[in-house]
Amino acid sequence: MIIKTQKEIPSSEITDSAVFKERRNLIKTMLTAVAGASVSGAWAGENKIDLANLTKGDFSTAVFTPTPVELVKNYTNYYEFTLNKEDSTKLAQKFVVDPWSLEIGGEVENAGTYHLEDILHQQTLEERVYRFRCVEAWSMVVPWVGFSLGNLLKLAKPLSTAKFVKFTAMYQPETMPNQRNHAMLDWPYVEALRIDEAMHPLTMLAIGMYGDVLPKQNGAPLRLVVPWKYGFKCIKAVVKIELLENAPLTTWNKFAPAEYGFYANVNPTVPHPRWSQNSERELGSGFFTSRRQTELFNGYAEQVASLYHDMDLRYFF
Amino acid sequence: MILRSKTPLLFTLVSCLIPLLWLFADIALNNLGSNPIQALHIRLGDWSLRFLCLTLAITPIQMVTKWRGMASYRQLFGLYAFLYGTLHLLTYLVVDNNLEWSLIGTDILESPYIWFGVLAYVIVFLLGVTTSKWSKKRLGKTWKKLHRFVYVASVAAIIHYFWQLKGNLAEPLLYLIIIFFLLSFRVLTWVMNRQKKLNKPQNLRLM
Repeated sequence: MIIKTQKEIPSSEITDSAVFKERRNLIKTMLTAVAGASVSGAWAGENKIDLANLTKGDFSTAVFTPTPVELVKNYTNYYEFTLNKEDSTKLAQKFVVDPWSLEIGGEVENAGTYHLEDILHQQTLEERVYRFRCVEAWSMVVPWVGFSLGNLLKLAKPLSTAKFVKFTAMYQPETMPNQRNHAMLDWPYVEALRIDEAMHPLTMLAIGMYGDVLPKQNGAPLRLVVPWKYGFKCIKAVVKIELLENAPLTTWNKFAPAEYGFYANVNPTVPHPRWSQNSERELGSGFFTSRRQTELFNGYAEQVASLYHDMDLRYFF
Repeated sequence: MILRSKTPLLFTLVSCLIPLLWLFADIALNNLGSNPIQALHIRLGDWSLRFLCLTLAITPIQMVTKWRGMASYRQLFGLYAFLYGTLHLLTYLVVDNNLEWSLIGTDILESPYIWFGVLAYVIVFLLGVTTSKWSKKRLGKTWKKLHRFVYVASVAAIIHYFWQLKGNLAEPLLYLIIIFFLLSFRVLTWVMNRQKKLNKPQNLRLM
């Protein structure tokens, strides 16, 4: 008896072998072109690119002391693997990040699927030290390595109809237990930004942190970082970016619309329905130290407040 | 004879301090992970809830086993629920908030899940301070009525646990099931007693 545990792949989705070979050759050629700058190779320990000595970006500031890296590496919300923040470190190690391609589509002139290494070849990598504030009221300071999302989107040439940017994370049920078990959220994870938020110079796609490639549990090989929004907006392991005319439904917003809004801007005056957002516990701070007073837009009000000047932030939470 | 009968109680009394010693060891060895203050909170809250469950479990166990010597265990576990609950509260006020009353005030006002924690603690506090024989005598019938509020405290504690979480609900769900069974046992015996009362009023005193 044959027990089918997986749906058969429809023949329409199976790549013709000639096309496949052609693609492989193309990728090989491209890889040769960027030899020495292989990011995916960094996981295998070869051709490690030097992420430690990058130029500091405009938004990298010495005002914030980065949180000790071990704390950042061992405290991650990665629900595809586990609902426990301290267990994803181990569980994520089977996640396959090499090779990685990113699809850019929707309302753009230049739609296409690109190998991550090719994208990095075109972008100027820089280090940016950002505050990170989780909706669960803890926070950290992370020196990310990456590039402005806006620079990538400009290359895709958004059409005037593009009003929102949707991000889709990797669907890899064979390594992600909670995708396999259809646990809690709808998979794959989806997030989105308004186009002006996506084009904002603070918004970045990160490939590394602390001068090294991203650990798998922190969103390798490519994640979104939007420092003025709650952490759940910063989608990990991005495989697809689509520019859309209308706002898509995002994962947490769909799961609990009264609790997690589309905007999810850090705002101490707008509490979560069940808990206050007025203060936060910084990772690395000791016992008997005060919690940090949470700042409007996580301290980036000067840069981003104008994006929301005519909006009721209680309504558009 | 007296000494022998007290030995298990003394043993239990000391054993109930093990979670606390274990927690101190974890603090000393830096074993509480990336967010040790939150871990401390959760550990103390968990133990308070566990002792509350144990307290509620005594009467059903007593009824099933018909063993009479368990009232002092119920008192002991109740007092430990009070102790761990107090440490949980002190952690919140002192370790996490460093007694910054403006931050604490806003936090409590804006966090419904804390309201339930406050309710549970106020009840456990009142039960804890009225635990002595002297209070029992003084309060008379009120004492029993007051101590029935332990049911309210247990439900409030569960809501307090559930409402602060974003993801993993497995553990509070486990406590919810335990509390549900313990409370349904009470409801069941109450209904049965009522029926017996109605049928045979002369047996009232035996119940």
